Amino acid sequence: MPLLPSIYLSISLFSIGLVIVIVKQNAIMVLMGIELMLNAANINLVTFNQNTMNSQQGEFFAIFIIVVAVCEAAVGLAIIYKVYKYYNTSITDQVSELKG
Amino acid sequence: MNLLFIIFYAFCVLAVFSALGILLTKNLLHAALFLLVCLVSLSGVYIFSMAEWLAVTQLLIYAAGIVVLIVFGIMLTNSTSGKPLQVSNARWMVGLLLGAGFCFLLVKTSNEINIVTPHANPTNALMQQTGKNLMSDFALPFEVAGLLLLLALVGAAVISSSPIKKEN
Repeated sequence: MPLLPSIYLSISLFSIGLVIVIVKQNAIMVLMGIELMLNAANINLVTFNQNTMNSQQGEFFAIFIIVVAVCEAAVGLAIIYKVYKYYNTSITDQVSELKG
Repeated sequence: MNLLFIIFYAFCVLAVFSALGILLTKNLLHAALFLLVCLVSLSGVYIFSMAEWLAVTQLLIYAAGIVVLIVFGIMLTNSTSGKPLQVSNARWMVGLLLGAGFCFLLVKTSNEINIVTPHANPTNALMQQTGKNLMSDFALPFEVAGLLLLLALVGAAVISSSPIKKEN
């Protein structure tokens, strides 16, 4: 498959994920944006792996990125749940106890 | 322009539009479903990029695991009273400015690099080879990943179950 469309796909997914992380107020939406950005990195690794002969390093790197993303999602959701039980909100701007 | 390219581009367009759907929708549950569509179509993109094992992993872990986890998170952190779950937006200016800036920068750099069109490399596609590599060359990261998953599981269980002492 051609490289350039995959690179543009990864660029657009990364930018959209960044905008989601900044714009959305709910903590779970922020987590979704982070997942999109991690997937953009995976697309790049897999795309450039096509050029190498007899090597699968890019694919394996992407697989371990997925593993780390799963850990991050599990711990992040646990923290969001705990914050919700303590503050009764999952809106990030309302958790401002440490703000000076 | 054969059929494979058309399917590949269709998966790309579907992924981008469902990601835009996550950005533009105001309903939390709709955003989770858009995320599911985006991840499944990305798995299709991986298949066309000669990474079948990664595509299956993406379907199993992302589409089946993380989306279910996120839906459970939505259920636990919102007061479900029959109304649709609304998400408010803020800081549109900063977000769009940063997103467009990053997009411009990345497109500019990717146009400058010298891109070699890949040749079809069927040895990469063998799933047998993937299994052998995972048990020989990549055995150490494999084991470390297992340890990391165990730690994350225990950590998440401990965080979400320990009682909070509220000071009155």
